[in-house]
Amino acid sequence: MGTIVSTGWNVQAIREDFPILKTLVHNKPLIYFDNAASTQKPKIVLDTEYHYYTTQYSNIHRGVHYLSQIGTDLYEKTRHTIKNFIGAASEKEIIFTKGTTNSINLLAYSWSSAFLKAGDEILITGMEHHSNIVPWQMACQRHGANLKVIPIQEDGSINIEDVKKLISGKTRLLAFTYVSNALGTINPVKDMIDLAHQAGAHVLLDAAQAIQHIPMNVQDLDCDFLAFSGHKIYGPTGTGILYGKEKLLDAIPPFEGGGDMIKDVKFEHTSFNELPFKFEAGTPNIAGIIALGTAIEYVENIGLDKIYAYEDELLQYGTEQLSQIDSLKIYGQSKHKSSVLSFLLGKAHPYDVGVILDHLGIAIRTGHHCTQPIMDHFCIPGTCRASFAFYNTKEEIDALVSGIRRAAKMLL
Amino acid sequence: MNINQIQDSIIEDFSMYEDWEDKYEYIIELGKELPEMNEQYKTEENLIKGCQSRVWLHAEEEEGLVKFQADSDAIITKGIIGLLIKIFNNQSAKEISNSDIYFLKEIGLQEHLSPTRANGLVSMVKQIKNYGIAFNLKS
Repeated sequence: MGTIVSTGWNVQAIREDFPILKTLVHNKPLIYFDNAASTQKPKIVLDTEYHYYTTQYSNIHRGVHYLSQIGTDLYEKTRHTIKNFIGAASEKEIIFTKGTTNSINLLAYSWSSAFLKAGDEILITGMEHHSNIVPWQMACQRHGANLKVIPIQEDGSINIEDVKKLISGKTRLLAFTYVSNALGTINPVKDMIDLAHQAGAHVLLDAAQAIQHIPMNVQDLDCDFLAFSGHKIYGPTGTGILYGKEKLLDAIPPFEGGGDMIKDVKFEHTSFNELPFKFEAGTPNIAGIIALGTAIEYVENIGLDKIYAYEDELLQYGTEQLSQIDSLKIYGQSKHKSSVLSFLLGKAHPYDVGVILDHLGIAIRTGHHCTQPIMDHFCIPGTCRASFAFYNTKEEIDALVSGIRRAAKMLL
Repeated sequence: MNINQIQDSIIEDFSMYEDWEDKYEYIIELGKELPEMNEQYKTEENLIKGCQSRVWLHAEEEEGLVKFQADSDAIITKGIIGLLIKIFNNQSAKEISNSDIYFLKEIGLQEHLSPTRANGLVSMVKQIKNYGIAFNLKS
């Protein structure tokens, strides 16, 4: 196998870090191309969680005993790691959540309570994940506000002129995705954020599909809020981040009430804890958050810029190879794309293609990818989606291509 | 033949296929051969919406026997529907409501009847039985 690619990337060494990649599926070596849904975990992340539970575990915060102190330190260390990773100004701006969906719902409740009035508008794009549509629909219903949608073009990109047309003095929030999970489109985030700010609107950037691929700095981007999930950046499930500018997080009310988020509780009145704890009610996923810190450090050690370069090479190679298959159509052909290939094979239903590839050991995702409006836009029931991570290889892409050809023979 | 006899004969048919590819080729063939569903029955009401594939099912009773028509937009799902129709078509409502579907497990296609597949088949089998129960009550 050609292990060293032109970027000087030793993919075989990387693969050694991920135990699951040695698994057999239907007696064939697993080829995991469902990375946009969730990424696999390096051994060091699994070891961190195991080590914590076996030698350091207890509940955190306000504990006077030894283990509680260690746990609290490790937990807060992840906050520090993430603050540096995304370039936030302070740890107070990093809120731990269960995932991107939870982060957005927190905001849709708390931000809307403080800033959204009847007649206001929230602007999203036509390529949002349901998680960045439904919470805002619900918020608009509660507050009598309106949801506006920036259309997507045929190649799956956004025309910045449409953004200019739709942003107005009524827009209170622009909530949009950095990278489309279904099409791979990378949006012109900086231009969109600047346009929103010029109109006096706040910005939520959904980075669920970007954080693991693209180096970013929230202060340079100047987004007001940013959300992502731990499990998509090689960390545990049930962990997520909401970043918010300190003055905005201070200005919005808490989401959930309970332990840890309070300063003083009386039956007549409760005062709330300071940031970031004001938004962290209840015992969190302590082990998961600690291991998320390890996952981020692992990614940082490899270098997100190198990861981006290699994944882009996989995307270019995959696009080239898949384009050579008769009757295969790729959805999402934006000039700026992340390592996602969404496609349909002739008139074959994505489900059928997915079932056949599964029997060949190849894991792809089929269906609407929680983006039904995109599928409606293209008038299709769904797509087959192969999404690459930095542990994938060109040989695996070759196997995908021959698998698709086999599926074509059976189905078309 | 009754429901279990038909299931047993399907299991026997499948025993000649050694690898998954032959099995699926046969299923796909069955899907292609499934009689067209009458367009008038492809209604929203008869639609079982799965996240992966969609399934339509219509039933009526004629002289004590239940007649099914069904369709799907995915060919593998449609092939399995073909097998289910083979089993349930022209059976009595009582037999249908008391039936136990075991053939999919025996032929190694149980995964298609898993609720997490969201291909509409689990709901379809449930719906077939519901028709059986309903027609049985009517008579």
